[in-house]
Amino acid sequence: MSEARSPETLLDRLPYARFLGLKTVMEDDVLTVVMPFADRLIGNPMLPALHGGATAAMVEMTAIAQVALSYPRLRLPRPINVTVSYLRSGKPLDVFARARIAKAGRRVAHVTVEAWQEDQANPIAALTAHFLLSDDD
Amino acid sequence: MSDPFLTDILPMLAGGAAPHPGALGFAFESLDGDRVRIRVPYRDDLVGDPDTGVLAGGLVTALLDHVGGLAVWLALGSYKPIATLDLRVDYMRAAEPGRALLAEARCYRLTRSVAFVRAWAFETSPDDPVAAAQAAYMVDSDGGRGAGANLKRASGAAS
Repeated sequence: MSEARSPETLLDRLPYARFLGLKTVMEDDVLTVVMPFADRLIGNPMLPALHGGATAAMVEMTAIAQVALSYPRLRLPRPINVTVSYLRSGKPLDVFARARIAKAGRRVAHVTVEAWQEDQANPIAALTAHFLLSDDD
Repeated sequence: MSDPFLTDILPMLAGGAAPHPGALGFAFESLDGDRVRIRVPYRDDLVGDPDTGVLAGGLVTALLDHVGGLAVWLALGSYKPIATLDLRVDYMRAAEPGRALLAEARCYRLTRSVAFVRAWAFETSPDDPVAAAQAAYMVDSDGGRGAGANLKRASGAAS
C-alpha cells in the first residue's frame, strides 16, 4: 500500500471530507473517524442540532475509509446505496464513528457504521451501506 | 401564490436559514404543486473523488435529506419541528463534474406523526437521476415538549 492510500490520509485527500473537517484515528488496527464540532455543521440553530446531512456524510465517509483500509486494491470505494437511521439529535459536540464490514462477497461488501458523541453505548446514527468491490463499470 | 410561507419562508429554509445548508451553498429552485426543488452549485470543496471531480456521495445525501424536509414542510403548509427518522439513498451514477446538482422531493403521505418522502438528485431531469432517496420524517419531533427536549434532558433540565 502506497503512502497516499493509507487510511490516515485517504480522507485527507477527499475535498468533501476536508470540508467536514474529518480526522482519522488508528488505534490497535481499529479505525475511528472524528468530526470535530464546527458551527457550519449545524442544521437547526434553535436547538442547536447537527444537520442530518452532515452526520450522514460523516458515517458514509467512515464506511469509505474502512472499505479502503480492507481493500487497498480499490482506487476509491464506491457505495451502491446507503441507509441512515437517526437515533438521537446530534448535539453541538464532536462525533465519532466506527465501521464494520459485516459481509464481503466477490462483488459487494455490506458495511455497518455507528456514530456517537458522549457515550458509545448511545449512538446518534447508524448506517448500513453496500459497496461495489470492483473498479469496472 | 401569495402565502408568505411558500414565497418567503420555504425559500429561506432551503438555503441560508441554517449554517450547514448555507455553507454548502444550497439554494431554493422552484415549487410545483407538492414538489419542491433545490440546487447546489458545483464547488471544488464538495468533491468526493479528487481524480474525477465527481461530487461526494455524502453531499448528495445531505441535499436529498434537506430537500425531503422541505417537502414535509410544504405538505404541512407551515414550519414545525421535524426530524429525519431514516433515509435510504441509491446512487445510480456519478454526478457530472462541473455541473450544479438539483434535487426534487415529494411528500407522498403525511400522517399525524410521520411523513413519507421520495426524492431525486439530477442535473437536468429526475428521469435521469444521479441518486434516488426514500425517507421518513418524524413530524412535530419535539412531541409537544418543546424543541430539543432530548437535549435539555441530557443537560439536566427538568423534562
